[in-house]
Amino acid sequence: MKLNGGQALMRSLERQGVEIVFGLPGGAILPAYDPLIDSTIRHVLVRHEQGAGHMAQGYAQATGQPGVAIVTSGPGATNIVTPLCDAYMDSVPLVVITGQVPYAAIGTDAFQECDTTGITMSVTKHNFLVADAQDLPQVIHDAFHIATTGRPGPVLVDIPKCIVDPRNPRSGLEWYEPDGVDLPGYRPRTEPDAGAIAAAAELICAARRPVIYSGGGILKSRAADALMRFAELVQIPVVTTLMNRGGFPDDHPLCLGMPGMHGNYTAVTSMQRADLLITLGARFDDRVTGKVGAFAPDAKIIHLDIDPAELGKVRQADVAIAADCRLGIEALIEAVDALGGAEAQADRRQWHETIADWRRRYPLVYEPTEPGGALKPQFVLEQLRDATPDDTIVCAGVGQHQMWASQYWRFNHPYTWINSGGLGTMGYAVPAAIGAKAGRPDRMVWAVDGDGCFQMTAQELVTANTERIPIKVAILNNAYLGMVRQWQEMFYEERYSEVYLSPDLPDYKGWAEAMGCEAMRIENPDEVRPAIDKANEIDDRSVVIDFRIDTQEKVFPMVPAGASNDDIVLDPSQHPPRP
Amino acid sequence: MAVKPHHTLVVLVENKAGVLARVAGLFARRGFNIESLAVAPTDDSRLSRITLAVDAESAPLEQVINQLDKLINVVSIRELAPSESVERELLVVTVNATGETRGQIMDLVRIFDGRVLNVGPDRLMVSMSGGPNRVDDFESLLRPYGIAELQRTGKVALPRLASAGGEVGEF
Repeated sequence: MKLNGGQALMRSLERQGVEIVFGLPGGAILPAYDPLIDSTIRHVLVRHEQGAGHMAQGYAQATGQPGVAIVTSGPGATNIVTPLCDAYMDSVPLVVITGQVPYAAIGTDAFQECDTTGITMSVTKHNFLVADAQDLPQVIHDAFHIATTGRPGPVLVDIPKCIVDPRNPRSGLEWYEPDGVDLPGYRPRTEPDAGAIAAAAELICAARRPVIYSGGGILKSRAADALMRFAELVQIPVVTTLMNRGGFPDDHPLCLGMPGMHGNYTAVTSMQRADLLITLGARFDDRVTGKVGAFAPDAKIIHLDIDPAELGKVRQADVAIAADCRLGIEALIEAVDALGGAEAQADRRQWHETIADWRRRYPLVYEPTEPGGALKPQFVLEQLRDATPDDTIVCAGVGQHQMWASQYWRFNHPYTWINSGGLGTMGYAVPAAIGAKAGRPDRMVWAVDGDGCFQMTAQELVTANTERIPIKVAILNNAYLGMVRQWQEMFYEERYSEVYLSPDLPDYKGWAEAMGCEAMRIENPDEVRPAIDKANEIDDRSVVIDFRIDTQEKVFPMVPAGASNDDIVLDPSQHPPRP
Repeated sequence: MAVKPHHTLVVLVENKAGVLARVAGLFARRGFNIESLAVAPTDDSRLSRITLAVDAESAPLEQVINQLDKLINVVSIRELAPSESVERELLVVTVNATGETRGQIMDLVRIFDGRVLNVGPDRLMVSMSGGPNRVDDFESLLRPYGIAELQRTGKVALPRLASAGGEVGEF
C-alpha cells in the first residue's frame, strides 16, 4: 500500500493505540495535520507548545500510557524543551513529534529551523531525525518502545517537512507493519538477579531499624500492590517520596509519608536512624538525602532500580539490584517467604515504638487563622481534601503550594498525585491537570497552584474550556514567589529581592472568567468550604478559585539546602527535637 | 609528560549520524573527562569503534560505563586494562633538523622504528607509532630539537590475544 509520510505517521500512531495528541500546528508540520482530519486520533489544540508537553505528561502519569505531543519546527520545538526535560527527570513516557524544515534546507538557517535533535539530545531518552519516509513506520514503533520500556522517558522524533508533504516525491513510501524493534544497543534488564535478591532478603530479616524508601519507580512499574504485600509481610514502615505519593496509602498504619527537605519529622528522622534502607525505585535525590555524607549514616543500603546507572551514583549500595521494581519486589517477597516470612523478622518492637513516639510528638502542624486574620494555605488544603472524592487527581506546580499539597493531602490511591519533581517546573499544574483529565474523564481533577505558577501557563484554561476538558484550579495566592520569599526570609536576612507579585494584578477572577471559567475569590475561612462545594458541582467548564492566603506562611518542617537531615527545622510552635 | 591514571574503554556504536555527539555530550554533561578519543568504522559497516581513554579521577568507572550504556546507539562497552590489551598510537611531527642535528634525529627515528615522511632544507616530518609510553618518550626526545608541528591520533586498542575473553561485538 502506497502512503505518504503524513498518512504513515497517523497510521503509525493509531497502530500504537494513541487516542489523543496534544499539539499546535505550524509551517513545517503542516502537511501532517491534513491526514489528522481523517484519523481516529483526537487532537487537543493548545495555546502554547509547553502546554502540549505538560498535558502529555499529565496524561501519561494519570493513565500509564505514553503521552503524545505534536509541534512544529523551530520555536515549536524549543517551546517543548522544558516538558521534555521535565519528563526526562521524572521518567515520564512521552513521544514528541516535531516538524523540521525540508531535508535539503537543513543546515542553511532556514525559516523556523533549529537543530532540534541537537538541542534535545541531553533531555530525551533518545531522539530520531527521520531521513527517509520509508523509515517512518519503524522509527515511530521504536520511539514508543524506547519511551515505555526500561526506565521510561521522553523520545523525540524530528520529521523534515518533505517527508510528510504529499507534493514532495520524498514523502512516498510502501506501508509496512514493523516487525519488532531494530535497536541492537537497547536491552533493558528487568529480571532481578537471584543472588542479589537472596542477599537482600537476609538483610531485611535481620534488620532491627529498617525503613522502606519507596520512590517513583513504584508507580512507573505498576508496583503499588506488590509494595503493599511486601510491607505488610515484613511489617516495615514505608516513606513515600514526592514522586511516589499515593504509591502506598497515607492511611496505612505503616505509612510514614514524605521524606526530604519538606518531609515530616518522622519520615526524615526514621531514615536518619535506620540500620537498613530498602530503596525501591528511588534515586537518593539531594532533596531527599540533604547533605549526602550525613544521610542515614548507620544504614546498610538495598537499592532496587531498573536503571543500573542509578545504582551507586549517589550512595554505594550493599546490595544493588538492577531490575523492574515490581518484579524485584515480587522476588523479594518470595525470598523473604523462603526464609520464614513474617516469622523470620528480627524483633523490631523498640523501633516501632520509637517511630510511634516521633509521630505523636512531631506531627505536621500550623497555626490556625486568628479571628480576622488571613487564610492559612494548610486549612484550604484540608478543606479541599475533605470535600473531594478519595480518588481525586491532584496536580501541583512547584513551590510552597506543592509542598503543602503533598503534606496535607491524604493520598490513598496510586496515580492521584501529579507534579514536577525533578526539574521543578513552575506552571506545571494547569496543563498537567488538563492532560490528566483528558486521560481520566471519570475523575475529578484539581490543580493546586501558586499565583506565580498560575501566571506561567494559565492560558491553557482556554484550551480546557474550548476542548471541554473541565478542571478545577485552587490558586494559593500569597502575592509572592512564596518559596523564594521563604528562603530570603530564613537565609538572606529578610532581604526580599524581586519576589513580590501583587495579589490583585492580575485580577485572577476576571482573568479566569475571560478564559471561560467560573471563578471565585475567597478571603475568609468560613467561605472556603462552600466555594469548594460549589466548584465540585460545576462540570461543564473549568473553575478557578483565588484563595487569598497568609503571605507570611512558611513550609515546615524544612531541612536547609546542603544541611544534614539531622538539622531539620520544625514549625516554631514545636519544641526543638533531640534526635 | 605526566601520565594521569586512566581507563581505556572500547565502545562499539551504531554507525549512525550524530552518535559521536551523543557520546561526547554525555561526557560533557556528566563531568567525565576524556583523555583521548579515536573513532573509525569497523569491519562491520553497521558499527563504529570508539576507543576512549577516560580520566580515572573524574568519575567512577562503573558510572561512566552505566551512563554510556544508556545511550541507545551504544551496542557494547568493554574496559581494556593496559595489561590485557595492545595499545597503539600514531604520532606525526615536523621537527627542526639542521645539518648537525639531522643525523641525531635520524638515529632516534631508527631506534623508535619511525619513518621519514617528508624532507625539507631545515626540517624533517616523521611518523612513529607505538604504545602510548613509547610515543611519549619519542616526543620528549625530539622536543629539544624544536618541534614545529605535532599531531597525535589518540590511542586505539584491542584485547591481547592470550587473554582475549568474551566477544567484543554482539552481531
